[in-house]
Amino acid sequence: MAQSLRHPMTGNRMDPSAEQGGHGFEAHEYDVVVIGAGGAGLRAAIAAKDAGARVAIVCKSLLGKAHTVMAEGGIAAAMGNAYPDDNWEVHFRDTMRGGKMLNNWRMAQLHAQESPERVIELEEWGALFDRTEDGLISQRDFGGHRYARLAHVGDRTGLEMIRTLQQRAVALDIDVFMECTVTEVFTESGRGGSRVSGAFGYWRETGRFVVFKAPSVVLATGGIGKSYQVTSNSWEYTGDGHALALRAGASLINMEFVQFHPTGMVWPPSVKGILVTESVRGDGGALKNSEGNRFMFDYIPEYFKAETADSVEEAEGWYADKKNNRRPPELLPRDEVARAINSEIKAGRGSPHGGVFLDIASRRDAEFIRRRLPSMYHQFKELADVDITTDPMEVGPTCHYVMGGVEVNADTEQSSVTGLFAAGEVAGGMHGSNRLGGNSLSDLLVFGRRAGHSAAYHAFRTADSKPALVDDDVRAAADHAVAPFSVEGAIENPYTIQKDLQDLMQRLVGIIRTGEELTESLAEIDKLKERAKYLTVEGHRQYNPGWHLALDIPNMLLVSECIAKAALEREESRGGHTRDDYPGPDPAWGARNLALTWNDSAGSIELKRQPLPEMPDELKPLFEDRS
Amino acid sequence: MGYDLNLRVWRGDSSGGELGDYTVEVEEGEVVLDAIHRLQATQTGDLAVRWNCKAGKCGSCSAEVNGRPRLMCMTRLADFDEAETITVTPMRSFPVIRDLVTDVSFNYEKAKQVPAFAPTPRDADGKRRMQQADVERGQEFRKCIECFLCQNTCHVVRDHEENKPAFAGPRLFLRYAELDMHPLDTNDRRKLSQEAAGLGMCNITKCCSEVCPENIKITDNAIIPMKERVADRKYDPLVWLGSKIRRRTDREEV
Repeated sequence: MAQSLRHPMTGNRMDPSAEQGGHGFEAHEYDVVVIGAGGAGLRAAIAAKDAGARVAIVCKSLLGKAHTVMAEGGIAAAMGNAYPDDNWEVHFRDTMRGGKMLNNWRMAQLHAQESPERVIELEEWGALFDRTEDGLISQRDFGGHRYARLAHVGDRTGLEMIRTLQQRAVALDIDVFMECTVTEVFTESGRGGSRVSGAFGYWRETGRFVVFKAPSVVLATGGIGKSYQVTSNSWEYTGDGHALALRAGASLINMEFVQFHPTGMVWPPSVKGILVTESVRGDGGALKNSEGNRFMFDYIPEYFKAETADSVEEAEGWYADKKNNRRPPELLPRDEVARAINSEIKAGRGSPHGGVFLDIASRRDAEFIRRRLPSMYHQFKELADVDITTDPMEVGPTCHYVMGGVEVNADTEQSSVTGLFAAGEVAGGMHGSNRLGGNSLSDLLVFGRRAGHSAAYHAFRTADSKPALVDDDVRAAADHAVAPFSVEGAIENPYTIQKDLQDLMQRLVGIIRTGEELTESLAEIDKLKERAKYLTVEGHRQYNPGWHLALDIPNMLLVSECIAKAALEREESRGGHTRDDYPGPDPAWGARNLALTWNDSAGSIELKRQPLPEMPDELKPLFEDRS
Repeated sequence: MGYDLNLRVWRGDSSGGELGDYTVEVEEGEVVLDAIHRLQATQTGDLAVRWNCKAGKCGSCSAEVNGRPRLMCMTRLADFDEAETITVTPMRSFPVIRDLVTDVSFNYEKAKQVPAFAPTPRDADGKRRMQQADVERGQEFRKCIECFLCQNTCHVVRDHEENKPAFAGPRLFLRYAELDMHPLDTNDRRKLSQEAAGLGMCNITKCCSEVCPENIKITDNAIIPMKERVADRKYDPLVWLGSKIRRRTDREEV
């Protein structure tokens, strides 16, 4: 094929003869279209390609820039390199308990069983993990994990993972549509419900539209954190996949559970929310309040008492001797630590800039800190003028991760819409009400691969009865996308709406929630939805961030409404959902999920309670007390 | 503590453009990217700029600040005098798409030409063993965040479009070196890096190392050792003899 017929950015074919149907836009046909090029998307695309499918990756940013690069600590996998006693059953148990037993047990099981092989596979593709003395992959301690189990590269594990997967995808010659945003997943109504027929998007570079015809679409779009003011998430985290799935007819579960990472930077204001890795605590860092107390000892919940040190002496002993000492309370699951920090700050025992102190300087030598935490050292030095080898860091909670997402079959990652798959943060169930650190990168690999395989096989099975794209649907999607340029009476700035949404989510749907505030938040979101009808966009379609944001805002609003609705409904506190008016866990709620669906004719979100899938008897003994 | 910053930003596209003057309110502790974002949110909604992590980890917001190639998210306003005008222009070695966004596809094309990692088989227990000291050399290169500032700075291609077809650039030399030094790789890419990737065109002025936001010693630790290994292969009489008597080498030439 002539060079001139390739896209300048991506090298993808732009053969005019490939255009088809009556819609007149650039068109491509694939077996599998993967939306998102983070860990899950890349792993899914690799799996689908390995299975023999024609695969495209479509991503909003340049390849290799996805949010996975921000992951620092490591990939949780019970390889047993550091502690031979570690195995999938222990990892499974830790994951379920960390999620306060609300996890989809089958996902948690598959995850624990398959993650070791997924990590070794990365090594096969060129990843260079840190090593143990005998040359195996090193494993580090993290909150909620019984044994040191995170495969890591200093504190830049996410970068290593994305680069490895990116280079593998390039080696397999997978087509990548970079800086291309998907705004619509098409479905075709058929027997037994609707099925996927393709997707629609725009090139950010040119503003031109592009149509994908495909029987399988894998959502790997990450999370929703950009709806909050203080977040570790990048601009891309606007809940696109969540919203695409809802509108295509799939359901979302566990949306009330949002993880606030306990340690984000708090100063200077410009960097507020940027992640400070949990590895700081795993490698010996202690949390202290303004009085110099290690306050976490005052916040050990009943649920984790048996496995948590109750004295400084025991906690200190644990780093060297894990058999005879219990873990320091700084390494409780993230929801517990975030709430404790929040309480200390509210009680007036915070640091000068409204956080608490995270001290590793007085506890480990400078050489150790620089070797184990190079990017933290760099980040604080460059952005906050703090030398973490001599001074404590100031940290506070930051919106980090959404446990909720598309409800999928645990084995195939298919949603209730045939041909629509989801993997990674955009999928729900795996982490229950709270995710353990390190379980995200392994989740991306395990379920990314499964989703890719399932998507490929689905495409092969439907080879004789391919779903058709409807030209009218394509044209409607195009009309919808350019609408912000020609709204009558448009006066609203998209950046202002986004900021107002972030303020309200932070204020009313944050770490600690009440029924009253959640009700208020829904009314506020309604007002924003009304205002969002009058978004004004200046300029033209070529690389126009204002327009891009205007198209993201409806997704952010839809997902925010899901979070607030589910949070109002769940009248208990569990994991990443804390209700001041219902402070404890409720066993009845512990047996239910909340599922949200989009009612297209009514134009509203519907919520229903459904029973949690029940764990089979043979797994139950793992949870009998044996501390 | 905030002040009004005089900001000059290049605006335009492939057909041309000009510097625009703006005044933006900024706060203590902010970086250039904050100022650009505030400009975008309050005055120029369609100002094109790439960014993702805003923490120096993704390498998206590369530009030239007062002529110096930098990540905008890691360039603090406190490093400039409050009265100074800060000028932000797109990377010069790549074609402009719009405003501060450039077409960096050159780098992705060059990356496609690197033959993939090809490891030895696993150990009998299904695992692999490497010593920490051996992986650390490659790990330094894998810190690369692909901001492409080194590519932008390298005088072989800066203002020398004609050299691009034959020259992969410092970013890719890192990649060749990383694979060459990987304890488990079985390919020999020395000939390729010298001939197709243009390693020989580099005359080690170290501009790339100077602008690297990850402080990777690109020239000292990757390019020079690669040049030496290429030279070994070309001129070492033992290697020459070895190749004549068909002694099996560890790595296969690609």
